[in-house]
Amino acid sequence: MSSISSLYKSSLGQKYVMAASGTLLFLFVVGHLVGNLQVFGSPELINTYAHFLKSKPLLLWGVRLGLLALVALHVITAVQLSLANKAARPVEYAKPPTYGSAWQSRYMLGTGSVIAAFVVYHLAHFTALLPGINGVGDFRTLEATLPGGEKTHDVYAMIVLGFQVWWVTLFYLVAQAVLFIHLGHGLASMFQSLGFRNHIWWPRIQLFAKVASIAIFIGYALIPVSIYLRVVGADYAETKRFELKPAALVEPAAATGKEAK
Amino acid sequence: MKVTLKVWRQKSRNTPGEFKTYESPALNPNMSFLEMLDVVNEELANRGEEPIAFDHDCREGICGTCSLVIDGKPHGPHQGVATCQTYMRSFKNGDEIVVEPFRARAFPLVKDLVVDRKALDRIQHAGGFISVRTGSAPDANNILVPKENADLAMDAAQCIGCGACVAACKNASAMLFVAAKVSHLGLLPQGQPERHRRVKAMVDQMDAEGFGGCTVTGSCEAVCPKEISLDFIARMNRDYAAALIRGEPKPIAGSGAG
Ligand code: HEM
Ligand code: FES
Repeated sequence: MSSISSLYKSSLGQKYVMAASGTLLFLFVVGHLVGNLQVFGSPELINTYAHFLKSKPLLLWGVRLGLLALVALHVITAVQLSLANKAARPVEYAKPPTYGSAWQSRYMLGTGSVIAAFVVYHLAHFTALLPGINGVGDFRTLEATLPGGEKTHDVYAMIVLGFQVWWVTLFYLVAQAVLFIHLGHGLASMFQSLGFRNHIWWPRIQLFAKVASIAIFIGYALIPVSIYLRVVGADYAETKRFELKPAALVEPAAATGKEAK
Repeated sequence: MKVTLKVWRQKSRNTPGEFKTYESPALNPNMSFLEMLDVVNEELANRGEEPIAFDHDCREGICGTCSLVIDGKPHGPHQGVATCQTYMRSFKNGDEIVVEPFRARAFPLVKDLVVDRKALDRIQHAGGFISVRTGSAPDANNILVPKENADLAMDAAQCIGCGACVAACKNASAMLFVAAKVSHLGLLPQGQPERHRRVKAMVDQMDAEGFGGCTVTGSCEAVCPKEISLDFIARMNRDYAAALIRGEPKPIAGSGAG
């Protein structure tokens, strides 16, 4: 116990917390991407996967609560460290010194905050299915039939309909770009914070950070872009659009506006 | 050559400071930066004005007393060089040069460009030593040290404790200084008995002094006059984690042997 409290009291200990929570969040980001890339398969593929996750509520909620705790830990520690860092220089220089510093490293709190805002929207968009914020309609009414005959929520339709909205796609792309910046620095920094670095490994670690952050950006960006460009799921989206109950549309005026186009 | 200086002037810690502009007299380009300040000060004194206070001692890059943030970079435009080894030939005739003190909460200002860097000494006092019986010098190679460890320890021991790492860091963090001191002893056999106690005590003192934390920006390494590597910070992070896992030593039962 005393180890844990002295861990959190020291600036190095707080950096371990940042690095460890960041690593676990990164692993989730990778796993989530692999799951999402199934959208490039048939509608049944990702719907079966989503149905499988929903059928294991204990696992699902365990992971969800774990992730929430990680984000909370990462954000609270980030704010505490940033405040302490700010307080360490009460009088600024004429020009803030940035000599020799990696530019991504100077904006970790800023990029992190955009990611946090995105996560809130993303959860409301595709997890809580709030109808007012997706620019399409009520995703809750979308239903698909699995190969086994079971009825389930049509996740595939939700994704392909969702990313046909230009501002949703744009926001997702901006968030991915910001995550790319955050991870470009963070993935290397976490090795340093945890002490895994020497003159041989540092260039390799930096290469890993570059390659992994670019791969994550491309992987995630591919999904909304290929849907927006109607490369993926365009026909399916059109058949499903009629299933969205008109009554559930946010504003009827918006619906007529779309038809007029 | 002549230059224009924009220098931070502040009478004392509790009076407000401001930038003042001075025209230098004609300079020899082979003067050091500190000699240039000497010449400017001589003129100020002749005019009956207060000379600019700045820190200096050895003027040969080994004591760590000189400081100054010159045009936004601690120790001036070059890499691996202290202010005292910076020469006026590195500037152009007619340049405006901005000169500021090292700025950090843990380095309270004394006067003009002089700051109090005793916080670094207090970190050293907390653990930057080995407890051994002193006596006559031991025979060379009595204790074997692997060559690569000896080299790394020497790299770390290059630190002259000037505090440029703190001045450059956007968080005013002293991690590079502390890491160099921790690693220098931690790499040598004589430093092993106190290795974990040392890193714990020095990092805790660093936090208590009000330095910021490391965000791995790399500024410290870039301005260090001795080019100490960020690798040492990772080494310190490892040692500190090991010290935390080991925990505090078991208290001695009873009243002790003493
Ligand atoms: C998908 C979500 C996220 C991932 C994968 C992630 C990952 C990381 C990683 C790996 C690090 C490096 C840790 C280190 O320097 O040792 C880091 C640092 C940081 N993160 Fe995040 N992060 C995420 C979200 C956020 C959010 C929402 C914030 C909100 C404020 C944030 C703020 C920061 C800050 C300020 C740092 C720098 C801390 C420091 O160096 O002192 N991050 N992040
Ligand atoms: S005056 Fe001694 S290092 Fe510069």
